[in-house]
Amino acid sequence: MPVPHVREPNPKRLDGIAALKQAARAAGIAVGLFVLLLGVRTEQGPTGALVITTRFGLLAEIVAAVFLLSLARSLVWQRVVADFTRLVPAAVRTAAAGLSHHLARAFVVFALLAPVFFYTNRYLLDLAILIVTYTMLGFGLNIVVGLAGLLDLGYVAFYAVGAYSYALIAQTFGLSFWICLPLAGILAAFAGVLLGFPVLRLRGDYLAIVTLGFGEIIRLILLNWQSLTGGPNGISGIPRPSFFGLPFNSSPDGFAATFGLHYSPTHRIVFLYYVILALALLTNWVTLRLRRLPIGRAWEALREDEIACRALGVNTTNTKLTAFAMGAMFGGLAGAFFATRQGFISPESFTFSESALVLAIVVLGGMGSQLGVAVAATVMLGGFELFREFDQYRMLVFGLAMVAIVIYRPRGLVATRAPSISGRGGNVPAGLGRNARSGGAA
Amino acid sequence: MTATPILAVEHLTMRFGGLLAVSDLSFSASERHITALIGPNGAGKTTLFNCITGFYRPTVGRLSLVHPGGATFLLERLSEFRIAKEARVARTFQNVRLFAGMTLLENLLVAQHNTLMVASGFTVLGLFGARRYARAEAGAVDKARYWLDRVGLADRADDPAGALPYGAQRRLEIARAMCTDPVLLCLDEPAAGLNNRESAELNEFLRAIRSEHGISILLIEHDMGVVMEISDHIVVLDYGVKIADGTPEEVRNDPNVIAAYLGVPNEEIGRIEAEVRS
Repeated sequence: MPVPHVREPNPKRLDGIAALKQAARAAGIAVGLFVLLLGVRTEQGPTGALVITTRFGLLAEIVAAVFLLSLARSLVWQRVVADFTRLVPAAVRTAAAGLSHHLARAFVVFALLAPVFFYTNRYLLDLAILIVTYTMLGFGLNIVVGLAGLLDLGYVAFYAVGAYSYALIAQTFGLSFWICLPLAGILAAFAGVLLGFPVLRLRGDYLAIVTLGFGEIIRLILLNWQSLTGGPNGISGIPRPSFFGLPFNSSPDGFAATFGLHYSPTHRIVFLYYVILALALLTNWVTLRLRRLPIGRAWEALREDEIACRALGVNTTNTKLTAFAMGAMFGGLAGAFFATRQGFISPESFTFSESALVLAIVVLGGMGSQLGVAVAATVMLGGFELFREFDQYRMLVFGLAMVAIVIYRPRGLVATRAPSISGRGGNVPAGLGRNARSGGAA
Repeated sequence: MTATPILAVEHLTMRFGGLLAVSDLSFSASERHITALIGPNGAGKTTLFNCITGFYRPTVGRLSLVHPGGATFLLERLSEFRIAKEARVARTFQNVRLFAGMTLLENLLVAQHNTLMVASGFTVLGLFGARRYARAEAGAVDKARYWLDRVGLADRADDPAGALPYGAQRRLEIARAMCTDPVLLCLDEPAAGLNNRESAELNEFLRAIRSEHGISILLIEHDMGVVMEISDHIVVLDYGVKIADGTPEEVRNDPNVIAAYLGVPNEEIGRIEAEVRS
């Protein structure tokens, strides 16, 4: 949207005195916060008793830093940012908006070619598989949280159901990956409906608490149903996927020998990468398709106003249950993939922190935006790996990044919502057609 | 009255714990008529609406709706979405309830959810791009366009509904209700917050949809200018009890109605106080 070049007074811009006052206030808070944390310290004295040592120098340094940063923020930073947004001409901004669909396409192309770039780097290939897995989980959760507006804190339960379904079916009946995969999806969808029924009347906080509980119930069942799931020992020796019947090993009828290649364990990794990429792209395609069907519009309407939905004859029970089932199904498919990739699963892989991570991906990416989810998954998991060496500070940086995004982009990285249909020109108008393909995988 | 009744409310009582919101109320609304419900604040009008549209289940009473084709629905037995879907009663809300983040066009398409759902083969056919669904959707868009045009919002079809000014939001809500093909349209204070010109336009619009689309309208309204001008029949409630029922002319001169709206004369208050003390 073109924004006129008008210099309007910025109410947030503070003059010198006010900035000083604010900086003093920030410094005061810092004193209160750190006086006991940093200023006083107990150490073991020579006799073994604890002695209190003071570090008021350090405290003074920190407080001074807070004061100066606050001053700099209100005097310099706001001015720079405000002027910068005004300096960018409207045309550039429109171009930037148009860029997003190119970005999505570039993303998909890059994802397709990733194994070519990283063929020799096993570590990066594994990371890419991880990122795409979480992108797919994000897409699945996006249906429940982003479209239908049902806050689900127990999404990992469906991931677990998919993984265990695959592991148990494949081991017990010896069926192939491609038969077990849809079965795992269907079973996870059932679990979704199972969760959906009791929470039909709940919204917001209450729904979040019950889904959180559901996630824990599934984990505890997996942990305690020793005879079926192996309890804390998990399930090992889960069959690996084969390339249409050709196993990835060095035997004469293996994948490498059949195609006359020199055997390499990387073949399997690349194959796994393409399997999860195909699953993620399928999820993306289905989601974008559903958004333009009545069920998708009903989901979004449900998020906006449930009572109005019912007044218009929308069966909200079925609408919610289908949202839970669809989201759970994609979570289950990703779970089945996880099981076959790891070859070993145990309840430890399905803790609440996984649900929280997927939810963070969806929320930071911009609820309802496919491209946003893919970007957020890449940034977060890539960031985790990047900061692996600074293990102590990883969560600190992660937390700061979260706070920054919530303050500066409260609706996520990609905050714009593309309408599911345009009043100008038919079903799939040009603008939407582009957006419809937007959002690939990392 | 010669017209055939479309909605018959019989002995309706709605109790919330110790509060009697509607008490033994009976009246009927006629086909192709505009029936107005009036009464002071807290008289039970919106409660009655919520009973008719299934958002509340009445404590006692029967609500029967007869379609022009002859099909009869007992509304007190249906859940709210089936009242909208099968009995085809559409409603608007006192505090406008639009899908604020969605575009105007999307709002009107959600209203056609059930038809589109069938056309999309309950999503399965639609997912694979069946031609039947594309046709049905084009039809739904045409219908939505027609109603947007009727309420003068055609050029804003792609804007989010929440960005509309208040008066336009009220009109859009009526358009959305009309997209469900209702037999009975229930409007909860459609003229609230509108200026004189807007409420005159609203009168015109309601009369037009009544005569062109052959629907019946049930209306809660405080704006007496609107009520007296367009209603064929007025029901007056006070403290959950019907105190008058008739044409605008009859209601205007009814002493009970005047007392309810303007209060009773001073000498009567003195008499009541004396009774309470003794």
